[in-house]
Amino acid sequence: MVENAGQAGGLGARAVAAGTAASWAASSVEDDVTQPNTRPDTEDATGPSGWAARLEALGVKVRRGPASSGPLRREIDGSFLGGVAAGIAKRTGFDVGVIRAIIVVFALATSGFGAAVYVVAWLLIPATGSETSIGTRALRDKRGLGLAAAVTSILVLALVIASALNAGWITSLSVPLIVCGVGLALVWRNAPRAELDVLRGLTDPVAKSGPSTRKRRFLRMLLALGLLLLALGMLLGINPTASELLRPLAGVLFLIGAIATALGPWWMRIVRENVAERQARIRAEERAEIATRVHDSVLQTLALIQRRAGDQHQVVQLARAQERELRSWLFDDRPPGSMDGKADTVADAVRLIQQDVEAQHGMPVDAVTVGNCDLDDDLLAMLDAAREATVNAAKWSGADVVSLFAEVEPDSVSLFVRDRGRGFDPANVAPDRKGLAESVHARMARRGGTVTVRSAPGEGTEIGLTMPRSAADRQSRRSA
Amino acid sequence: MSDRPTAAGARKPRVFLVDDHGMFRSGVRSELAGEVDIVGEAADVAPAIEQIGDTAPDVVLLDVHLPGGGGQDVVAAVKSGHPDVKFLALSASDAPEDVIAVIRAGARGYVTKTISGVELVDAIRRVAAGDAVFSPRLAGFVLDAFAAAPAPDMDRPTFDPELDQLTTREREVLRLIARGYTYREVARELFISVKTVESHVSSVLRKLQLSTRHQLTRWAAERRLT
Repeated sequence: MVENAGQAGGLGARAVAAGTAASWAASSVEDDVTQPNTRPDTEDATGPSGWAARLEALGVKVRRGPASSGPLRREIDGSFLGGVAAGIAKRTGFDVGVIRAIIVVFALATSGFGAAVYVVAWLLIPATGSETSIGTRALRDKRGLGLAAAVTSILVLALVIASALNAGWITSLSVPLIVCGVGLALVWRNAPRAELDVLRGLTDPVAKSGPSTRKRRFLRMLLALGLLLLALGMLLGINPTASELLRPLAGVLFLIGAIATALGPWWMRIVRENVAERQARIRAEERAEIATRVHDSVLQTLALIQRRAGDQHQVVQLARAQERELRSWLFDDRPPGSMDGKADTVADAVRLIQQDVEAQHGMPVDAVTVGNCDLDDDLLAMLDAAREATVNAAKWSGADVVSLFAEVEPDSVSLFVRDRGRGFDPANVAPDRKGLAESVHARMARRGGTVTVRSAPGEGTEIGLTMPRSAADRQSRRSA
Repeated sequence: MSDRPTAAGARKPRVFLVDDHGMFRSGVRSELAGEVDIVGEAADVAPAIEQIGDTAPDVVLLDVHLPGGGGQDVVAAVKSGHPDVKFLALSASDAPEDVIAVIRAGARGYVTKTISGVELVDAIRRVAAGDAVFSPRLAGFVLDAFAAAPAPDMDRPTFDPELDQLTTREREVLRLIARGYTYREVARELFISVKTVESHVSSVLRKLQLSTRHQLTRWAAERRLT
């Protein structure tokens, strides 16, 4: 393999040998002493403790923080480019700066090959919080692959036409064009949104410069035109023959193949680890969810029954309600706590919120409904938001009672959740309340509703929700 | 009685309890101890009517639902002989039409049993002073009852059209009360005095008791059906 590489492109071959040694370094550290000793750690994700020992043995002292466990992930937070260095740093415990320096030195020393390794790593290592890498997603992206195939066939067609016209330089350009175009399309379709923004910033330097979209478009066209002219000029200036261009290309292709062979088993192992870990986590999550649901419904009801053991009527009612809820969860797959299907009208839903919050959080809820109408999706969203707000008041306000007031008017439904608790400064929201405010806000905004939050420290909180009623709903009410 | 000062430090109001739950009566007793004089208690309609006549309290705390009939029977029977006795209706959670019936019979207010001791004392003082006491729930019931605007060409002329609908201001006041605002908070919110809030609420109570508006009966009938 190495001999072949030598024929195709000497530079690349040396780099592949080095890269292979780095990733399979278990046996080849001694052969590798001419390279910087710490370099293997840039690729190593499997045995950091072993490496530390080896480095100690070699007399290298590297300052090192605690290494995290679990599979290697790219760190998007605090990343400079793709987060590969940050991910390795987190996994191994070395300083990010050190890893970055090593990568840069490696890239320079191998005259650019390191950069290619970095890109491949970026494609193959999943980002934090994600289970699949851009590469896996690209392979699963059927539409993207179809698109890529279409682009390829068009380019092949162009190639055929070009060869018929005997324009050799087009032939030489087409293969890198295909590779770049297809690769970019797949990456673009499958990279996470946050990373796309980074990519966009890199590929579109004028995106933020122009004050108006029109001017920006003009600048962009100018830039593209300039680049095109530059490329054309270079091409004419060098005046290459097809074979001269093809030779380095073959080297590139070989490199990619070699990298795939070298990193393949390592990659497979990460994938296997991922699968096992994911399954374990899914099981744990399911367990936790069931525990939460049982706690929120069954255990709460049992506690309630114990407290009200003297009131036979209420105990029966509680038991019946709990049985209904359990049945609908077990047999209709309707999780407890979901409003959908349990309430048909606004008044029902408000009563439901009152009952649930009183039962689950031991907070009395003073619920008042004026008027009534059937629930639609918009109003369901509003009542879910109201439930969040009520639960939040029950949890955080420290008040004695939460007031819930809903009024159905001809054109809109408004709902107020009020407590006389500790309140907060809406301009300076603590993080734990912000998430909820956002979920309430987002729920309402999606459906065209509005939210007002009135609060001040020590003066309680009032959250007002207003949802316009849909025309169809009003119509049905009028005819009813 | 009307010239009796109502400020803090005034004579303790004399209170009579009517509730069929002994537990609740003793709970209220201990909560109100020191703030009011509990002059007697009863568990049903007939003994309540008799004893209230004997003790002549300022305020009767009256459960909406009693074994021998509705709270409105007590109000009606006592009002004929003792018009000065004031009633504050009280319930855990009752059908709005029953609550409205007690109010229309002559009770000066309605609060839920979840009310705190301090608030209950305040409500008793207000009722004793001749003011109306609206809990959020009662405000909601009243808004609901008056919600449908009377049709402009009603088939039969009403006795007094003013009694048949609430003014915009009264609606605003009731809405805020239903949202859980105290009178003081309502006053601050609407930039009016607490006295003005009280007069609005009393006016609503008067309309509720005197209106012959058939929407009120229709509303109650509809509520009963659903």
